Amino acid sequence: MTPRRRRLFLVLGILAGVAIAGVLTLQAFRENVMFFFDPSQIAKGEAPAGERFRLGGMVEEGSVVRSPGSLQVQFVVTDFEQSVPVHYTGVLPDLFREGQGVIAHGRLGADGVFTADEVLAKHDENYMPPEVQRSLKAVHPQGAPEG
Amino acid sequence: MLPELGHFALVLALLLAALQAFFGLAGPAIGRGRWMAAVIPATAGQAVMVVTAFACLVASFVGLDFSVAYVAQNANSALPLIYRIAAVWGAHEGSLLLWILLLAMWTVAVAFGATRLPQHFSARVLGVLGIVSFGFLLFTLATSNPFLRLIPAAADGRDLNPLLQDPALAMHPPLLYAGYVGFAVAFAFAIAAMLEGKLDQTWARWTRPWTLAAWAFLTVGIALGSWWAYYELGWGGYWFWDPVENASFMPWLIGTALIHSLAVTDKRGLFKSWTLLLSIIAFSLSLLGTFLVRSGVLVSVHSFAADPARGVFILAFLVIMVGGALALYAWRAPLLKSAAGFEFTSRESFLLFNNILLVIAATTVFGGTLAPLISDTLGLGTLSVGTQYFNPTFLLPMLPMIALAAVGMHANWKRGRLAERSRPVVVTGLIALAIALALVFGYYGGRPGLALVSLALGAWLVLSSLVDPIDRLRRGLSMPRAIVGMTLAHIALGVFVISVTAVETYTTERDVALARGESIEVGGYDFRFDGIDDVHGPNYDGVHGIVQVSREGRPIATLHPEKRRYFVQQSVMTEAGIESQAGRDLFVALGEDLGAGRWSLRIQVRPLINYVWLAALLMALGGCIAASDRRYRTARAPATVPVGAGQGSTA
Repeated sequence: MTPRRRRLFLVLGILAGVAIAGVLTLQAFRENVMFFFDPSQIAKGEAPAGERFRLGGMVEEGSVVRSPGSLQVQFVVTDFEQSVPVHYTGVLPDLFREGQGVIAHGRLGADGVFTADEVLAKHDENYMPPEVQRSLKAVHPQGAPEG
Repeated sequence: MLPELGHFALVLALLLAALQAFFGLAGPAIGRGRWMAAVIPATAGQAVMVVTAFACLVASFVGLDFSVAYVAQNANSALPLIYRIAAVWGAHEGSLLLWILLLAMWTVAVAFGATRLPQHFSARVLGVLGIVSFGFLLFTLATSNPFLRLIPAAADGRDLNPLLQDPALAMHPPLLYAGYVGFAVAFAFAIAAMLEGKLDQTWARWTRPWTLAAWAFLTVGIALGSWWAYYELGWGGYWFWDPVENASFMPWLIGTALIHSLAVTDKRGLFKSWTLLLSIIAFSLSLLGTFLVRSGVLVSVHSFAADPARGVFILAFLVIMVGGALALYAWRAPLLKSAAGFEFTSRESFLLFNNILLVIAATTVFGGTLAPLISDTLGLGTLSVGTQYFNPTFLLPMLPMIALAAVGMHANWKRGRLAERSRPVVVTGLIALAIALALVFGYYGGRPGLALVSLALGAWLVLSSLVDPIDRLRRGLSMPRAIVGMTLAHIALGVFVISVTAVETYTTERDVALARGESIEVGGYDFRFDGIDDVHGPNYDGVHGIVQVSREGRPIATLHPEKRRYFVQQSVMTEAGIESQAGRDLFVALGEDLGAGRWSLRIQVRPLINYVWLAALLMALGGCIAASDRRYRTARAPATVPVGAGQGSTA
């Protein structure tokens, strides 16, 4: 093989490798990206059934119910227009509280109950996830707390 | 008085930075020696002013001057002294000042080291650093002045964010920034070389130690942040692909590519324009990291301040710096042709592939980090990208890279006679495979697949790295520090791969609800919950759980996972209880009172997790050792007079 042809093969090989990496990355991206929905969007049926997504809103006051002594907890996420009941089993984050913003990852069941496998509340008392804040402002301009 | 003095010093620093940039760039351009000489006093003066400003802010914090708004927001009279100092960089304004301070330190170090360089070149390097410093000083003074007064003064402060009241996190920003800012030096060298229109192997030899040092700082900074997240956030992991973590990881990946590309430019005079491009990208990503974290566009645990005006300023600065650098690159890079060629299985080829794979990895991280931002801006919906995307797309280029590294370090420069040296490659490969099989089936008991592959690759890299140094020792050859450092860093990378694989594959974790006296078995250990006790700290109180860990009836440790409530911000913090053993960590985080006398606990047994951070430290140590090689210290300019546009002929 002449050096020239060898270099051609080298360049082609690199291009092919980069192309494969690109395709696989896009594939992984399409499959693993998670969208965000608020309770109003879910009420309108915009959220995909059976797929994992992020639900965000406020934890409704007085809605947190535990079965005593177990890790099962139920609460309601609201945007002051619509609300979605959430079931979760596990350790809740430090700043999970009624009347505070929250984001839950999970799936929506046919019964309208969102089963979360992960619940996030960020580490700042005044923190509001930006998506939640925006959706609250859109629904309820006066009701949205300052973030 | 002190805050005003600090403010004034910052303004003077801004003016001196402008002079430094002007003399440094204009002097060589028109060949005026006196202007070039004026760069040094301007640099020194700027550094003195920046240090003064920083010292004023530290003094305001130590003296708890709550008439300074920034102090009132980030300190409290109950805050211990050590965290009062760390509080200086606890929020946006002070961390920018820290950025500027570290840039001034690097610039002074370059000015001292540059006495061996040709004057017109060192003037240009300092000039470019002057521009960077000017931009950040302007940004600080215009949008984020830490010295603003609060009238009337606050009676007491709002306290430092409790998450940051931790020794590792106190050190995390300075080290991380030292790495970010260090890439400004490589960037300045690259710009200066393009302005000179000349880039030779001596240039690479000057640039290498600076880049290695910056890379080492960044490595330690990232590792400290990761360690902190592990024990402080109570999630029990070491990496979450959080946007801010990614923001520091992208420059690291490109910086790693740059180190290797510089080696080729140094040894063989190849990859010149590629090296320049990587220098520009590494620093651009450092700026982007600052932008992402500090503008609040990507909100995560780290971004405390969200102010769009700041974001716009940094974005504009980013566009000017990166755009300018890339335009210069497009204009000048064609002048810097690499003359020599190399064969397919030469070391150059392997390093080329190393670079391509690292850039691919950085690109996938970049895409995943910015996709939510882009989708949001374009109105395509709010989405988030998590571990499910990052893990596979990152492993895809990285596992082949480990294999190529294990083989490539035995390849010769220029010539592709790899077959002559295939014996150590094959032998170490077989031993590594045997070790991986023994670990998977003998020790950890199953779950092969990807774990087997990556354990074998990690072990292969460790063993393969040892071949050349052992050979040198046996033959009584000299062992330059560059080789020692490289070997250490490669072994560390192998250890890193092994430990990450073990953590990811063989971790056992459970969230449980336990009443007093109940116990549960996790990963072969018994965890017995013995109730909770009150704890009291200087600015917090809380509870800690008492968890007795035993194995087959033998007591091993008592863990005290804590839940703290900080008085001022009324926020609850988790301090995990961790017992580190040689082969694994036993991790317990306290959840909450579930009623009926039960508490929720998160229990994890994570094998080898400490080696993840140990490996990162060893990598950084390797970088430092390599940076101190004598070769770089004695590199002098060639005696010939350089030719090209805009030379300092009167120098």
